[in-house]
Amino acid sequence: MEPILFTLFGAIAVGGALLVVTRKNPMSAAISLILSLFAVAALFVLRQAHFLAAIQVIVYAGAVVVLFIFVIMLINVPENRLPVEKLTVYRLLGVVAAGLLMIEGAVASRNFSAPAAAVNEAGSVEAVGRALFTDYLLAFEVTSVLLLAAVVGATVLAKKKI
Amino acid sequence: MMEPSAYLILSGILFAIGAVGVVARKNALIILMSVELMLNGVNVAFVAVGSYLGDPTGGIFAFMVMTVAAAEAAVGLSILIAIYRLKETIDITELSVLKW
Repeated sequence: MEPILFTLFGAIAVGGALLVVTRKNPMSAAISLILSLFAVAALFVLRQAHFLAAIQVIVYAGAVVVLFIFVIMLINVPENRLPVEKLTVYRLLGVVAAGLLMIEGAVASRNFSAPAAAVNEAGSVEAVGRALFTDYLLAFEVTSVLLLAAVVGATVLAKKKI
Repeated sequence: MMEPSAYLILSGILFAIGAVGVVARKNALIILMSVELMLNGVNVAFVAVGSYLGDPTGGIFAFMVMTVAAAEAAVGLSILIAIYRLKETIDITELSVLKW
């Protein structure tokens, strides 16, 4: 069952990602981003990482993309003032370079194999929470400082007068 | 049981698509979205490897990446609003005041 679902959701994730980078209108790109992020959340469920799948939907699709959509509507660039983007040789070369990067990654990781864990509970809420509040407590607390800095920074930067 | 490398290859594909978006697009909003795609591609690799090794550390790393991504989106978008207010454009090729 897993290969079928992996192929399905992997194809949706890649298709959504392709739409994000090819759409001219930022709003269509944001909606495609939601599609891609939801497919990745499904892949997390497939890998038994239920906690991260929930966080993916809540934080990414529910907060980050909504923030994007707010900004798209707030600045509301008219259709004829969007940047004109033509297909040039340099950009095609960029796509080729990314393809090479991808092939290199595939070659480097094709022999990766892991011992099959008998019962996989590593992604459950209990396992993640236990690791987060014991081994990684300091990192977790520092995260709150990062978020505070982001909140203060965003508020200051978006003020009327900078 | 899936091969673990399938997830790593998918992760690489998502990362490469995001990288193309960052280097090839001119619309600053779409560049920020492509950065989110790249971070998300990395998360796929973290979660897959963590689950194959039966170790919650992969999930913790993905969690931290998501936190950074959210903070980055908030700060990046507010910079974008400030730029749009000053310059009336989101075309990054027109934002070249720092270029020598």
